[in-house]
Amino acid sequence: MLRYTVRRMLQLVLVLVVLSFLLFIWLRNLPGGPVTALLGDRSTPEKRAELTAVLGLDQPIIVQYFKYVGRVLQGNFGQSTGVSPGTEVVDVFFSRFGATIELAIGAMIFGLALGIPLGYIAAKRKGGVTDNSLIVLSLVGIAVPVFFLAFLLKYAFAVKWGLLPPSGRQSPGIGATRVTGFFILDGLITREWDASWDSVRHLILPWIALGTIPFAVIFRITRGSVLEVQGEDFVRTGEAKGLTSTTIRNRYVLRNAMLPVITVTGLLTGALLTGAVLTETVFAYPGLGEALYVGFTKKDYPLVQLLILAAAAAFVIINTLVDLAYAYVDPRIRAR
Amino acid sequence: MATTYSRARKQRIDALVTSGDEGTSLLADAWVRLKASPLFWVGAVIIGLFLVLAIIAPWIAPNDPGAQLLIGQTSRARNAIAPAQPGFPLGGDTQGRDLFSRLIVGARQTLLVGILATVIGLIGGLILGILAGAFGGWVDTIVMRVVDVMLSIPSLLLAISIGVLFTNPNLTSVIIAVGIPQIPVFARLLRGQMLAQRESDHVLAARSLGVKRSAIVLRHMLPNSVSPVIVQATLVIATSILDAAALSFLGLGSQDVSQPEWGQMLGEAQTSIDSHPQLAFWPAGAIIVVVLGFTLLGEALREAIDPKNRR
Repeated sequence: MLRYTVRRMLQLVLVLVVLSFLLFIWLRNLPGGPVTALLGDRSTPEKRAELTAVLGLDQPIIVQYFKYVGRVLQGNFGQSTGVSPGTEVVDVFFSRFGATIELAIGAMIFGLALGIPLGYIAAKRKGGVTDNSLIVLSLVGIAVPVFFLAFLLKYAFAVKWGLLPPSGRQSPGIGATRVTGFFILDGLITREWDASWDSVRHLILPWIALGTIPFAVIFRITRGSVLEVQGEDFVRTGEAKGLTSTTIRNRYVLRNAMLPVITVTGLLTGALLTGAVLTETVFAYPGLGEALYVGFTKKDYPLVQLLILAAAAAFVIINTLVDLAYAYVDPRIRAR
Repeated sequence: MATTYSRARKQRIDALVTSGDEGTSLLADAWVRLKASPLFWVGAVIIGLFLVLAIIAPWIAPNDPGAQLLIGQTSRARNAIAPAQPGFPLGGDTQGRDLFSRLIVGARQTLLVGILATVIGLIGGLILGILAGAFGGWVDTIVMRVVDVMLSIPSLLLAISIGVLFTNPNLTSVIIAVGIPQIPVFARLLRGQMLAQRESDHVLAARSLGVKRSAIVLRHMLPNSVSPVIVQATLVIATSILDAAALSFLGLGSQDVSQPEWGQMLGEAQTSIDSHPQLAFWPAGAIIVVVLGFTLLGEALREAIDPKNRR
């Protein structure tokens, strides 16, 4: 297990190093280049030359890269140029981090809470009307563009019926105390229940819009997995032993059917991250995804670079953890 | 030497040989299962109609999709767009162009984006996957590390990153941006297929006969990997259409307004969705139906080809 863990960790580091290098080169090939990105199109040649020298852009690319790595290792990712000019991009990142985590976790819970039971029900009634309707529902969930669904929900529940707030993270003037950056949690800690509830109300529509992605995938994996496990000999043994159907369902079928679901939950992180960009943009929700979108439109490349690197890091780290958890559960994987 | 089988026994053998599973190939078998699947037929009909529409689009579109024919009835200040009227069954868009004609011509552009992006992913994946799977060893290690790095960025994020590299985004840049992130998907799939076959009996047989490695890969291993690749490609077309729509929504879609694409139309409609939701509903509906069609088709093919379902 230790050997396997070390090997996976080394792979993880290697991927991130190569990726940071690629991102570095990418940033230098954006239209206009970083100097234009920082100064804008209407800049004097003298200013451009000065900034080029200050940024060290006249040096060989490898030298530049190692200098960049040196700065990054000290936690210096540069300053934001568009989203909140002058602020360190790391600070922008942490001020928005909690927002996206609250959104992503809620969406994942939505997907799991709906996907697993419905997947189980569909498998139990394979081929029936319930099964087929649920399959079509999950396929429609895949086919509808996330941002369009977000717009529909916003249009119906916020604009037309006014049941929920159309945008933002918390109503202005609620005067909530900030503790952790997670607004729902903050309200619970400080016993400002109304602040927590207000955050939840802002999140319901984004949760549903983003949650359809994990729902559709988890439903289908659960269904397929339950179908497979159901036919196993140990399930029949359980039935022959006269165990109650609840015991068979919880201890025999669902427990074994959950392994593929765990893997896919890790893989879904990527879909959630990109879905968050679209969902947050529609709901003007001040998270990392919205920062990425605004960063692109305002050419705030230091911020964009950090955000993509962070997204990739999160994605790779979570999938490595899932693999490790899997290897822990199933010793055959370690030997590979 | 004459056989000594009894007549009855011979008949039994004949019956076994002619009626047995031996006679049906994997593909014929898959076709039988496919024909019985309602999901397949729904998907096939949707995609069939979509393909026909995409091919004949320029001839059946009543108006020039790029011409601002209804600009006289369009007012930015009053937030007015042209309503449905004779010759314009769906009215105009915010620029006074015929929405109906744009939808029809958009079918062709949308199909182009879906297919060409998939082709990019397929060709890239084919090269990487064959290199990794057929050679193994250090080639495999290097190729798979490249694939790992590509997979470490979620595909739409990679598409966005590639999209911003183009100063003037057009249909080609969208296709490239959406297609490249699909390369690792196909590379992994083909490598797995190649690895599984490398130690199999038919490859061993070919190798013992002295068949060259390139011939073994191209004639013996590749044809056996085609079915899962077709399934994946069908699903990737659906993903590509959705990703292209997302790029348009983020402002990285094609800026060429004379050649409408559904994702681009949907992206344009976002700004006026509160006052004119129909501008978004039509292209969105079209995207949903077509993506659903490709997904149904892909899923039905996957089920049909799966050897576990063979009886």
